[in-house]
This record gives sequence, C-alpha cells and structure tokens, in this order.
Amino acid sequence: MSNKLLEIKDLYVNAEEKEILKGINLNINKGEIHVIMGPNGSGKTTTANAILNNPCYKKVNGSITFDGKDITNLKTDEIARSGIFMSFQLPEEIPGVSVTNFLKYAKNKITGKPVKIFEFKKELAKSMEELNMNPKNMERSLNVGFSGGEKKKNEILQMLVLNPKLAILDETDSGLDVDAIKTVSKGIEMFKNKNNAVLIITHNTKILHSLKVDYVHILVNGKIVKTGKQDLAREIEENGYGEYK
Amino acid sequence: MSKTKLDEINRNIYNIKNKDEYDFKIKKGLTPEIIEEISKQKDDPKWMREFRLRALEVYNKLELPTWGPDLSELDMNEIATYVRPKTSLSTSWEDVPEDIKNTFDKLGIPEAEKESLAGVGAQYDSEVVYHSMKEELIKQGVIYTDMESAVKKYPELVKEHFMKCVPVHDHKFVALHGAVWSGGSFVYVPKGVKVDIPLQSYFRLNSPESGQFEHTLIIVDEGASLHFIEGCSAPKYNKVNLHAGCVELYVKDNAYLRYSTIENWSKNMLNLNTKKAIVGKNAKMDWVSGSFGSKISMLYPMSILNGEGAKSEYTGISFAGGGQNLDNGFKVIHNAKNTSSVVNAKSISKNGGKCTYRSLVRINENAGGSKSSVSCESLMLDDISISDTIPVNDIRTDDVEFSHEASIGKISDKTIFYLMSRGLSEEDAKAMIVRGFAYPISKELPVEYAVEMNNLINLELEGAIG
Repeated sequence: MSNKLLEIKDLYVNAEEKEILKGINLNINKGEIHVIMGPNGSGKTTTANAILNNPCYKKVNGSITFDGKDITNLKTDEIARSGIFMSFQLPEEIPGVSVTNFLKYAKNKITGKPVKIFEFKKELAKSMEELNMNPKNMERSLNVGFSGGEKKKNEILQMLVLNPKLAILDETDSGLDVDAIKTVSKGIEMFKNKNNAVLIITHNTKILHSLKVDYVHILVNGKIVKTGKQDLAREIEENGYGEYK
Repeated sequence: MSKTKLDEINRNIYNIKNKDEYDFKIKKGLTPEIIEEISKQKDDPKWMREFRLRALEVYNKLELPTWGPDLSELDMNEIATYVRPKTSLSTSWEDVPEDIKNTFDKLGIPEAEKESLAGVGAQYDSEVVYHSMKEELIKQGVIYTDMESAVKKYPELVKEHFMKCVPVHDHKFVALHGAVWSGGSFVYVPKGVKVDIPLQSYFRLNSPESGQFEHTLIIVDEGASLHFIEGCSAPKYNKVNLHAGCVELYVKDNAYLRYSTIENWSKNMLNLNTKKAIVGKNAKMDWVSGSFGSKISMLYPMSILNGEGAKSEYTGISFAGGGQNLDNGFKVIHNAKNTSSVVNAKSISKNGGKCTYRSLVRINENAGGSKSSVSCESLMLDDISISDTIPVNDIRTDDVEFSHEASIGKISDKTIFYLMSRGLSEEDAKAMIVRGFAYPISKELPVEYAVEMNNLINLELEGAIG
C-alpha cells in the first residue's frame, strides 16, 4: 500500500486576482509531520485554504491529490469528509450552537455514522481534560466569548474528535503563551500516528521547541525555496528569512 | 446524511386540505343581518349579540391602517366570516370525525396528548371540536373551555373581561373581530393555583375564503400561575385568507403567565392578530413567540404594566421568505412604579422576504424606577432580503434605566467555509447558523415545540440555497 497521503503538483493560486502561489510542489506521506514556514504574505495561509478549496482562492494551475484521489476541485465539505482537517488561525464564532452539539454533528457528517451521545461526551470530556480545557466550555456556544488561547485549543480538540488523516494547523501556535503552545504540541502528539500526517503552518519557530518534526519547508513569495529537517527551523530562528528573499 | 426526526417532516403536512365539508356557510360580506345570523347560529346571549352589532358599527366607521404593510388587496366582502365544522363539541377523541382526526394526526396532536399534556382544545375551522382536560385541573377549579361555552357558562367572568383589554376601537380588525369572533379558548386560573403543566391549544384554518377570528381569553388570578401554548398551522389556498384573532391576557397581582405561540400560516394568509396583556402588581408576563408563514403579518403583542413592580419579558422570532412581509414587534406600556420589561426580538429573512421590527416602549410619568431593555437582531440570508427596525421609545420620566440595541447581520462566507471544513454541506452550514441564531427563542419553548420550530426553520431554508 502506498504511503503517499498528500501530493501537491505545480500549484498556482490567485487571491483577489493577485497571484499568491507560484508553483508549489509538496509531498506528505503517512506518519510524517511537515512544517511550512515563511514570512508574512509569503502564501502560507493561501496554501492551507487552497488545499481545502476555499472559494475565495482561485486555483489557476496544478493539482492536489489526497489518498489517491484528485481533490483539486472538490467542495470543501467533500475534502473534509475525505479526511483533511484545518485548524483556523481565526476560528469562527457560532452563537447558539454548543461545542458538544457542533462536534457531534460534524463527527456524524465526517464518519457518516450515528454518534452515540454518551460515549461521545465521555470521549470529549477526556480530550478536554488532556488539553487543560474547562469542561464547562462543552456547553458554551462554539468559540463565542472564548479567549484566543481557548479558541486555538478548541481547534485542537476538534482535530482530536474528528480524527482526520491529515491535519493542517494554520498558525495555531501564533499568539499563544508558552504553556498553551505546550498544550497544542501535546494535542498533536496525542493525534499523531503512523497512518496520519500533520502539516504545521507558522511564521515562528516556537512550537518546534516542544515538537519533533520530519520536514521543514521555507515558503517565500509563493514558492518553496528550501526544504530541510528540524535544524532548518533553528537556522531560520537565528538568521531570519533574509537570505531567501 | 443521517435521518433525524427533524428531517422527516414534510412541508405537505402544513398544506393538508380536507374536503370542504361544512353544513353552513354564511353569505359573503358584512351587514347587521349577517351578524345577527352569526349570533343566532351561536345561540349568543343578548349582551353578546348587542356587543357584536356595536362592534360592527365601529368596524364600518374605522379606516384601514395607513402605516405598515399595504393591505389594499384585502376585500372584506370576499371573505366568508363564519364556517362551522360538521361536528359539534366533542369530549373524547373517539368522537372526533375521521377526516378531521387524520389532519390532526398529521399535525401530531394525539402524540402531544399522549405525552400527558394537560389539555387540548383543538380548533377545526371556527369551532372547537375536541376538548379534554385533566381531572386534577378541574379539582383545582381551573376552567379551560372553548370561548362560546364560556360565554354561556361563566357570563360574569367573561362580561367583566371580554374585549376590555383589547377594546373594539383599537383598530379596524379588532372591531371586525368583535363583530364576528368565533371559537378560541377561555382559561381561568383561580387565586393561588399553580398549574404546573402547560395547557395547550391548536387551531388551524380549513376552508377557502374563510377568515378566522378566534378569541383567547386567559385570566390568571392573584398569586396563580400558568403556561399556555398556542400553536397553529394552516393549509394553503389561492385566495386571500385573513386571520384577525384576538388574545386577551389578564395577569392579576403576584400572578405569573407564560404565553407561548408558534404561528405558521400558509403563504397567502394575512395575519392581523391582536394580543394584549394587563399585568398587575408584582406580576409577571412572559411572551414567547415564533412567527412563520403568512403573506403579510402585523403582529405586535403588548404588555400593559399596570401594577407596581410588574414585569414583562418578550422573546420572539420572525422568519420571512420570498413574497412575505412580516411586520412584527412588541409594545410595552410602563404604567406604575418599578416596572420592568425585557425584549429580545430576532428576525430572519431570505429570498427577498421582508422583516420589520416595529416596537413601542412607553414609560409614563408615574413609572419612576422602571427599567426597560430592548435588543433586536436581524439575520439576512442573501442580498435581496430586507430587514428594518422601527422602534418608538416614548419615555416621560427621568428616573428610568433604558437601553436599546439593534444589529443586522449576514452569514459570512468565512463562517460557511469554517463549517464546511468540518464536513458540513453549504446547506447544513447555513441551517446550523440559523438554528443557532434562533436558539435563544427555541430554548424557551417546550421541547416538542422547539423541535417543531427547528422543523419549520429547516423547511423554510429548503430550496433557499444556491
């Protein structure tokens, strides 16, 4: 069986008529953690949104294959149901829909199976405890009145509950204090196994202090300019992106 | 997609039309002779017959309202005012005729009954055909009956309260109502009696060109409490249908009344319903209202806070689709010291539907120490729908706390994308956002009504996407 999970080929993407991605190539195998790093405006978030086919981003060229299937032009929900999850930089607030009900509904859509409420709530409570989340948040409206840190943890919680094959974490570490970053790293470790993969998108290296990764890609001006191992992140930490611009 | 109970309800159940089986249908148009005829048919006492005739005079003098939605399509002469079903009053479900039963079955009435709700007064066309009540309520002295019976059996109580809260001079349709009213519920809860299970009544229209003018009169005496629920849905017709009901609620000193209603009229209906409550000293009146369907709706429930320390809370939602103009809101008069009111109104419009929130908060000179807080939120599901807010705040004393917040929003593409990234289709995502928006109202309803409201929301959203 192939180990290949995600394959992006020569991807060009425009946002509001502006060319953002200029020929991205990326391969992610099962069992791997990848990091895309880059300065602001380099196209990191565009990459994540393009994978999920956000209609605000227009694919001009290239293809995305996931788990042996061409997902380039699938709808976002179809891509999600095929096993890709994205943690948002700015998660949306949904008044009147509790975290429990939302996740139960989403889990049902993703798996196509009925969700047993008792087991589900137990599982949810356990994950929340491990992520140092207040169990009362379970009954609160999704993200409404949550602090920045609570929203990010809630994204990680969703990742654990929905259990995708590929989790894309878009700037999940940004704006978090050291403890919260550790919690996020812990969540990633809990999630990770040899059959799934993680793609972390970030502009800083803090999360890499508490998490071991397989590949680091440097994205500058819409292109991956260098790929390396964890030490590449350390190099960026010391020298910045200057030499790649 | 999983099939839940919510998805299984079909729009058709709200559009069932039985054979038009009536044994008596009055001549079109309104004359004193017709009113006499109605009165005779109903075997009214003399005072009621005279009341009807006086109301007709007022009706003929008053003009149509010059504000709000355009009602010029209404031709009163076209609307037969009185249709009586083939059955007379029944006391047990077994006695209810089969085709009427079928309609009610599809509306879930027997189920509600099975769930040990206190009593069901179901109005079919203009008269109550089914009525039952738990023994314990009778023992407590609670009266729950149809309005015609109340006129005959409890003349003093009815005379003292009937159209005193909503006088016939209020507006043209109230005057019309006074002249031709038919059917409805009467509830009296004696002093100090707490009715701990909700009483409920269903009614619907079922005759082409017939208006419905049901009268609800509820008296909750001193220190008593009651939750009354009125739910209604109507089949669809091509001709204009008018609903001009009247609800009068008396909440005496230290009493509590919660009046919940989901109105779901067919899309050709003009819903011009008048509802008012008079609230006594330290008494509390809660309104929970869901307004769906109808072509035009003008619906402004009103609390008159007449006793010191009286309170009122209104929680309501309107949902207007294409071709609908829902002009809804709430009115409150603070007419005594230390009274308070809270208004939480929401509206949803889609496919070019129009929702207007029209409200009045009046705090009189004599109502020092009073508080009022109003919040209204609108959600528009597309660019062609309309939402408007027309609040009137008439505050005649300085010693008040008053706040008014209004917001109009749209569903953002970002939110849709977020939910779709969790595996929800675009339609599921919109429905979830709308249900969440409506949740503060649905959580105030008994669970089976909350389910029905979610059904209605789902039905309204169907086909709206794209």
